[in-house]
Amino acid sequence: MMRRLALLATLMLALPIIGTRPANAARLVVSLSNHRVEITSNFTGADLVLFGTIEPDKGATTIRRGDYDLVVTVTGPRQDYRTRRKERVAGIFVNTDSREFVKVPSYLAVLSNRPVKDIAKPETLRRLQIGLDNYILTQRIGPDFADTVPDDPFRVAFVRLKKDQKLYRQSPTAVTFLTRTVYRAEIPLPADARTGTYNIDVKLFADGTMVAQTQTALEVIKTGFEQYVAEGAADYGLLYGVLTILMALSIGWIASVMFRKD
Amino acid sequence: MQIYLPIADMSVNIFLILGLGLAVGFLSGMFGIGGGFLMTPLLIFIGVSPAVVVASVSPQIAASLFTGFLAHLRRGTIDFMLGGMLLVGGVAGTIFGTWVFTLLRSVDQLDLLIALSYVTMLGIVGVLMVTEGLRAINRARRGGRADLRRPGSHTWIHGLPLKMRFKRSRIYISVIPVWVIGLIIGLLGSMLGIGGGFMLVPMLIYLLRVPTITVIGTGMMLTLTTMVAATVLHAVANHLVDAVLALVLMIGGVIGAQFGVRAGQNMRGEWLRLLLGVLVLLVGLRFAVSLVLTPADPYSVRVVRTQ
Repeated sequence: MMRRLALLATLMLALPIIGTRPANAARLVVSLSNHRVEITSNFTGADLVLFGTIEPDKGATTIRRGDYDLVVTVTGPRQDYRTRRKERVAGIFVNTDSREFVKVPSYLAVLSNRPVKDIAKPETLRRLQIGLDNYILTQRIGPDFADTVPDDPFRVAFVRLKKDQKLYRQSPTAVTFLTRTVYRAEIPLPADARTGTYNIDVKLFADGTMVAQTQTALEVIKTGFEQYVAEGAADYGLLYGVLTILMALSIGWIASVMFRKD
Repeated sequence: MQIYLPIADMSVNIFLILGLGLAVGFLSGMFGIGGGFLMTPLLIFIGVSPAVVVASVSPQIAASLFTGFLAHLRRGTIDFMLGGMLLVGGVAGTIFGTWVFTLLRSVDQLDLLIALSYVTMLGIVGVLMVTEGLRAINRARRGGRADLRRPGSHTWIHGLPLKMRFKRSRIYISVIPVWVIGLIIGLLGSMLGIGGGFMLVPMLIYLLRVPTITVIGTGMMLTLTTMVAATVLHAVANHLVDAVLALVLMIGGVIGAQFGVRAGQNMRGEWLRLLLGVLVLLVGLRFAVSLVLTPADPYSVRVVRTQ
């Protein structure tokens, strides 16, 4: 059921592209500075750069006059999260209520050349899921799955906590037009970015309507000792536990030999 | 210098963790305790998730206990029969404790259980230590001798069935209280990130009348095994054991303990006990405050599942 709904949503999103193409014929060409980011143990974050141009569409020779707007939405690997709220119960603070966010991006960046609310009308932004407020963050509410209103307290808290971790962001200055048709976007990746595929969705607007869209992706992989440890713990629990305890006993034994008094 | 803790998923200063290991190791060497009941709260206070702390201090405590266990093994001060019987309860308690831990974590109440348990445990132990320390200081000032009252010879515990003779400790006692004590220590150890020696030793002395010569070594046989079992079970059930954190703590702890042992030999016992008691009370108080004060942010997020 969920899958069918998702398919329907995708189709509905795709419709306006097909519909608007003949009117403002343009095509997006993008290139990423790096399609593969390796996170090593001393990784403190990275800034990736996306370059691109606006080309006339097939058949057309020129592009329209007037300025374009560009919105880049980057979504990281999806995870389930639980947002919990503490309340005072009998004098002490206890987690009393929680909401589960199902298959939401671990990383979400909305980058544009000016505030998204100036780029298109609210309903357009909502339909295209542009902006942190409009991106669908599915919550499990009893047996149902649905996104709530943008000012739902759990949604607000979730987005705020993810922003604090630098994993969610919305920047109206991260995209810059070098010329009228050449642009660059900076994609900041924090140190604790999850490994996996990051989808990059680029949407071009002219006069409040989307005129072109393209997608690309980048891969984040972690290397080094710490990653090895994390993967071992997740995938081989028993072996990991046994090795950890063997390490502990060896250190205990070494200490007993080194500092032996009798 | 920053170090990334892969399971705790945070960057910390390596010298902070090493220093914590040294300090707690120093105290553990000085007082002959494992130090888990100080290490776990301190790590929680610097911001490591309580669940990761509890799972990760187990191997560190095991390392420090193994050093002590080997020393007692060489001296022959371990009652293997009694230790073995304690282990029956200990392993069962560890399994049950890990299960409760996993269950409470899934309903988001684990941090609360840890905080409440520490407030209770540290409050009681701290008050006992401080009053005992003050009494000892008063006694020393009056020039009196320490009260070496031998505990009464028989209690209701000696009336229980299933009696067994433990030759090395020269006691003849029912195995039921032995199992129960093992169970309690295993349960607390796996849920709270403590070895439990500071509770086990008084229980063995006052309830089972285990002589002082075998009590420490035999106790270590139990706590070492429960910590080994807790490490493996937490790794299997919850994937929460941070080996990098544990390793740094172990290195600090082992070195600190050596200095602690030396320092402990040259210091006045009663003042040390009073000092440790005050420290324990302060840590307990810090937990109590964190429960009562309005949190800076009532909301928190945790990852439930990775796709």
